[in-house]
Amino acid sequence: MTPEKPMGKTTVCPLNEFQAGTTVRIVKVDAGRGLKNRLASMGLLVNADIRVVRNDGAGQIIVGVKNSKIILGRGMCHKIFASFC
Amino acid sequence: MNRPFPIQKLNIALAGNPNSGKTTVFNALTGARHHVANYPGVTVEKKEGVFRYNGIDMHLVDLPGTYSLTAYSTEELVARHFIFEERPDVVVDVLDASNIERNLYLATQLMEMQVPLVLAFNMSDVAQSRGLEFDVAQMERLLGVRIVPMVASRRKGIDELLEAIVQTAHQETHRILNIPYGQEIEEELSKIEKMLDPCAAALPAKYPMRWIALKLLEGDPEVQEWVKDASIVRQVEAGREHLRTIFRDHPDIAIAERRYGFISGACQETIKNTVQIRHDISDWVDVLLTNRYLGLPIFAALMFGVFYLTFRVGAYPMGWLEELFAWLGAAITEQWPPHTLLWLRSLVVDGIIGGVGGVLMFLPSILLLFLGIAFLEDTGYMARAAFIMDRIMHKIGLHGKSFIPMLIGFGCSVPAIMATRILENRRNRLATMLVIPLMSCGARIAIYAIFVAAFFPDYLRGPMMWLIYVIGIVLAILCIQLLRRTLLKGETIPFVMELPPYRMPTLKGLVIHMWDRGWLYLRKAGTLILMLSIVLWAAISYPRPPAEALEGLDVRQQRRATLQYSVAGRIGRAIEPAIEPLGFDWKIGTALIGASVAKEVFVLQLSIIYAMGDGAENSGILEERLREDYTSLQGFCVMLFCLITAPCIATVAATRRESGAWKWALLQYAGLTALAYLVTLAVYQAGRMIL
Repeated sequence: MTPEKPMGKTTVCPLNEFQAGTTVRIVKVDAGRGLKNRLASMGLLVNADIRVVRNDGAGQIIVGVKNSKIILGRGMCHKIFASFC
Repeated sequence: MNRPFPIQKLNIALAGNPNSGKTTVFNALTGARHHVANYPGVTVEKKEGVFRYNGIDMHLVDLPGTYSLTAYSTEELVARHFIFEERPDVVVDVLDASNIERNLYLATQLMEMQVPLVLAFNMSDVAQSRGLEFDVAQMERLLGVRIVPMVASRRKGIDELLEAIVQTAHQETHRILNIPYGQEIEEELSKIEKMLDPCAAALPAKYPMRWIALKLLEGDPEVQEWVKDASIVRQVEAGREHLRTIFRDHPDIAIAERRYGFISGACQETIKNTVQIRHDISDWVDVLLTNRYLGLPIFAALMFGVFYLTFRVGAYPMGWLEELFAWLGAAITEQWPPHTLLWLRSLVVDGIIGGVGGVLMFLPSILLLFLGIAFLEDTGYMARAAFIMDRIMHKIGLHGKSFIPMLIGFGCSVPAIMATRILENRRNRLATMLVIPLMSCGARIAIYAIFVAAFFPDYLRGPMMWLIYVIGIVLAILCIQLLRRTLLKGETIPFVMELPPYRMPTLKGLVIHMWDRGWLYLRKAGTLILMLSIVLWAAISYPRPPAEALEGLDVRQQRRATLQYSVAGRIGRAIEPAIEPLGFDWKIGTALIGASVAKEVFVLQLSIIYAMGDGAENSGILEERLREDYTSLQGFCVMLFCLITAPCIATVAATRRESGAWKWALLQYAGLTALAYLVTLAVYQAGRMIL
């Protein structure tokens, strides 16, 4: 949790606002069909549980999805919404 | 039912996710015997291999690594077309057993295409160490396909895989798996299927009806093209609209969710997890390697290691080869019958051995560089480096991944330009491709080595080399900035890339990886350089000056006079006024003509101009002569010009091929030449005023 933005159990936030080490569930993917399909094929779709491996607060972030790790660009993270699970 | 006749030949296609170890399986099956080409019409690599198993000729095709089989990317379309159009006897899907759920997503799509399928559960040792226990028999029953657990890197399970392939090929009927998509989707599917049936004749016969219906419902742009019947199109639209209201999402996403639902159901029934998932060690390694402060220094240290290997260790075999070619040239000259076919001797010794040998000399260094890069790639580090570099690369308008082809560019531009294929975005790819020649390739080391040694004292040699490389990198950055703001404008697309798991590379994998790229360099030496060496030799040897002009001159003076009189010498003189402001004279001009073909020819030309043998024993003398004729500023300008100027012919050809248009190759050629002229002009004129 970022200190300036305290979140409750049910708060939905873009992925980039979750700190490294947290496990979250994807609630919504706000992207075009092509990109959504691509993300889905890599396991990033609604209701998937993912863990934030690395997030510096700037630049790309790394998330763990099942047993793989995926780099997401910052712009990408703004399109994926998640909440604590 | 079994086929009545024994099978003679099998066509096998290898599918799988990126990072599933598909390449390792391919190598384990085919050995080093493989052939690389492109799929027709696209720059997607097609690897093929042939081998024999139990008297059957096996023909194996490596499909591009994909996560899915939609119509959204070229790779996925290529894989899909190949499976339907070429109808391989068996499709082998390689899955990473330690990440089975995600990998099964592609497998379910292959099952729906109703092809004879074998699933290779690769890296089952890693899965085991993570506490995953598979009930393979139960899973085979559930999915209706053969499953072979294996560890391709240690050749475990290869025989079982081959056996399963042959058995699957012998089966005449295959169980068709219909993934249950739930009532709503199934209803829509059967409605469309019913309407498709009467017009089946008009559809590509090889595609199963349920698959076409499913793709229509997903809104697959390619399949929609096939179905023009207005009533079906209306039905599909109505169905998609209906699903959209129910699921409040695109129908294809809803279908994807169902697929994952089916997979996770199947996995729950067949996989036992005996170990509580502990925090992955690789997470810790990642946190260290991609650390904000430590990441860059670790990256820099590894790069230093790779370049040290290339230049320091590579210098030994390079010296041996140099001696070998010098010895070969001398031996031929010595054994040649006197006064017969002297022109042929000159062609063989000066033209072919001098030209091709000059290129081959750099092969060890280039192979070592490629070996280092292959090691970093195969261990999984390169993807982490891309992550570290992204922040820097992002500022210049590129993705982190762009630095990988650039790194290869320090070896040879040709494989580097081919390596830009890893970049999905076309603008990104073009920008990277166009500036790759600014990465000082192996061939240019020869020029720098001579000039740095000739004009700079010992303590300045290292820094001067370093400076030239850095100037190349800085210019590349500036050029990308310029390109991204003018010709190749556009947002950088949202970035998604999988980080491969850390892996111990296999020696065989490394060697094959290195050789695939090194071969491109070697092939250039065997074909293009060989041909151009002959042309160039003719240009510096003909026309011959009249005999009386050579009278009274010693051998060296004769060679020089011949060169001055030749085509190359004349062109060199003709362009002298143009290059004079750069500090160059006709001699350098003549050498530059040669360098426009291949950079390594520059030194060869100079040594002829200075009328001396091409052998290694003369290299010290050439430096002395250069020092007599030019100032160190001029020497530096020569290096600078050679760094930036027009890429070699092989690079131009590669850019043309990979960009798909001559205009990009020409832009690269003309743009870099103009840039070289301007930069050198500025440096020389400014330098003259200061010094």
